[in-house]
Amino acid sequence: MSDLALDRELPVGSAGRASVGWWGVICLIATESSLFAYLLFAYFYFAVQLDDAWSPHPPPVFLYTLPGVIALVLSSISAWWAEHSVRRGLRLQQLAGLAVAAVLGIVFAVLQVVDWLAEPFTLQSSEFGSTFYTITGLHLAHVVVGILMLLLLLLWSALGYFNASRHAAVLIGLAYWHFVVVVAVVVFLCLYVVPHLW
Amino acid sequence: MSISQLERRPEIATATVAYGRGLDKIWETKPGLRGWFSTVDHKEIGIRYLITAFIFLFLGGLEALIMRLQLAGPNQHLLTPEQYDQLFSTHGMTMIFLYALPVLSGFSNYLWPLVLGSRDMAFPRLNMLSYWIYLAAGLFMYGGLVIGAGPNDGWFNYVPYANRTYNPGLNMDFYALGMIFLGISTTVGSANFIVTLLRTRAPGMSLNRLPILVWGTTTASAANILVVPSVSLAFFLLWMDRQFGTHFFDVSQGGQPLLWQHLFWMFGHPWVYAIVLPAMGIVSDGLPTFCRRPLVGYTPVALSTVATMIIGFGVWVHHMFTTGIPNLALSFFSGASFIITIPSAVAVFAWTATIWLGTPVITTAFLFFASMIPLFVIGGVSGFMTAAVPVDWQLHATYFVVAHIHYVLIGINVFPVVGGIYYWFPKMAGKMLNERLGRWNFWVMFVGFNLAFLPMHITGLHGMPRRIYTYPPGMGWHALNLVTTIGAYLFAAGVLLLVVNVISSLRRGAIAGANPWDASTLEWATSSPPPPYNFAVIPTVASRHPLWEDRLQKPEVRSSVLEGMVLDHGRETIGVTPLDGEPDVILKMPEDSFAPFILTLGMIAGFVGLLVHLWWLAGAGVAVVLLAMAAWLWPRRKLGQIAAPPVTDTAHV
Repeated sequence: MSDLALDRELPVGSAGRASVGWWGVICLIATESSLFAYLLFAYFYFAVQLDDAWSPHPPPVFLYTLPGVIALVLSSISAWWAEHSVRRGLRLQQLAGLAVAAVLGIVFAVLQVVDWLAEPFTLQSSEFGSTFYTITGLHLAHVVVGILMLLLLLLWSALGYFNASRHAAVLIGLAYWHFVVVVAVVVFLCLYVVPHLW
Repeated sequence: MSISQLERRPEIATATVAYGRGLDKIWETKPGLRGWFSTVDHKEIGIRYLITAFIFLFLGGLEALIMRLQLAGPNQHLLTPEQYDQLFSTHGMTMIFLYALPVLSGFSNYLWPLVLGSRDMAFPRLNMLSYWIYLAAGLFMYGGLVIGAGPNDGWFNYVPYANRTYNPGLNMDFYALGMIFLGISTTVGSANFIVTLLRTRAPGMSLNRLPILVWGTTTASAANILVVPSVSLAFFLLWMDRQFGTHFFDVSQGGQPLLWQHLFWMFGHPWVYAIVLPAMGIVSDGLPTFCRRPLVGYTPVALSTVATMIIGFGVWVHHMFTTGIPNLALSFFSGASFIITIPSAVAVFAWTATIWLGTPVITTAFLFFASMIPLFVIGGVSGFMTAAVPVDWQLHATYFVVAHIHYVLIGINVFPVVGGIYYWFPKMAGKMLNERLGRWNFWVMFVGFNLAFLPMHITGLHGMPRRIYTYPPGMGWHALNLVTTIGAYLFAAGVLLLVVNVISSLRRGAIAGANPWDASTLEWATSSPPPPYNFAVIPTVASRHPLWEDRLQKPEVRSSVLEGMVLDHGRETIGVTPLDGEPDVILKMPEDSFAPFILTLGMIAGFVGLLVHLWWLAGAGVAVVLLAMAAWLWPRRKLGQIAAPPVTDTAHV
């Protein structure tokens, strides 16, 4: 017992990364990363098995998705800025950062739907189409959940729930958002770029 | 909450009756239906998990008994082929998904906060959610069978059999959506175990002082987090193929049936370890108590638990040796399947040595734990045999494999689980199980099990394929099958004795007291059954065996159960650093909540909507889920999630 420092001041409640929620979101990210890893496994399994017959002609267009992904990356930066601001108790910057992040997320979502309408293949046209729409669809679902979460964080911030000492929800929510953005980049490279190189 | 309350020096004191009374008020669940639907007490959740899992065990057992009647002799026609298909598929689904892991989650949910010296799991509401979803998914998956559309392509459900062309009913849709549903329960439960292990332990409980059960469940949970998405995805793709005309498994459009097998077994093999490692942990913790000495080789056992799981990720193709995959892959996965016997055998030697070097006290629990060793060896060796590719080609899809899986699942799961019931029932109920009836319970189960499944190896060697609904006379399988059927009924009678024992002991059992077995770990330091708050003060841990320190340790090494942190400003427990168990934060724990139940109702609506194509219902379900989540996650001052605005703060002070 002597080597343990029991008798000292400890934070109470959800204090930043000491909160259990932070560790929970890491588990969430781990399991969701696995989901996308298995999706990409299936995607490349088809590629390897079918080889020449795999990629559709013409390959997917990235006229809409490329700007969408760039918007998401910017959104991630904006979210990081919001997080940086809440740690310093800068309320206005925090609100602005979250709002910009949410708007850029919506831009991506809209562009993804536009892209779907522009693609020459469909969900039923071949296994490529099936995989393509399933992966982008599941990712878009994650983006939509992320946008709803950003809006909630924005509301909670506007209600003055967070300051420099208590803001675990912001850290946790934004960790999920950064994850969604990373997946977007990986999905973009695999689904939109690789077929052009195949 | 004022700013000053965002930091606090925990009061250190000796537990008194008054503290207990105060904590009772803070932690107790409200009586009646309201409490029943909103409780988040891990002990209540653990017991519900155990009872529900046992009900599924009985259902799965009944299905097996009906099949054994059918197979007792040649040319039996008790069941039609379609009924037989649904029975063996439902039997597999029930035992593997609805019994084997949930029963271990039951033990872990009940025991973890007690053995870790905490007041609850890291996420109490998530814990309740995982139970509600488990129950809902289990009922959903049985819904098909009830209306005559149970799964009928085996529990691993190979395409193209499961494609809509060959299986047009709702059977596979119940199963596919049900598995995705159940996967949510497994995932949130696993995340809860991982974070609980990392953060909510008693101060001083460093990683090298964890009970092996905790190692087993943690390892299994980490694996589940990584592999459950694989099977959920496989079933999702299958459902898409069936309902929306996609082509994942449809050969005519470039689909790949083997992709199903890869996705299924990338999950399926690690899952085997997920449903045995915690059970091995039960034996590693329970057996030494009756050998009156610590487990021999704690560190190798803990490390080999993790090593088994890691290698377990790389052996899935041994389920697919007959699919015509390349030789290189065959050799690699065959080799990996041989290597995995090394870490998985470590525990066998450790248990044997513990019995050898200890002074065993023969109780029913000891018998169940000790008998698991030879059963594990038999199941392990038959698995090891089929790791050899040519042997596997010969034995694939025969009753040899059926015998193997039952030695693994009954030997390494059911026997430790029943032993665990005998061991921990006194803690849960405050009463002892009857030892005399216990001996009958053990011997009837042990003899029945071996009578049923040992001859089954020979049935398989004689070439009887699995999943056939009947067989002609003159194949040389009749006598063996009859013996198996007799053994199966004997085994079932043994399980029934357990039920009889539990029910009669609940009424008339001897009072257990806090530590009836004179065991060494923290759960035995509190009363039986434990109070809602587990420990009046948070214990401080100084060794691996806090209750055996007077006989194992130098006088200066003493854990403290009666003196420690008080933490009674509302529901609180201590959060520690992940590796060393140093106090890090005072965690505010949530009150009882209806959110998990409402969220589950939303999910039920969602999945039923998807099943019957009522899209508005599915949409309404999603809306309920999102609203319940928003309410659940809404930051609360009481949980220290909100910083008070400075103005009102000064007003308060």
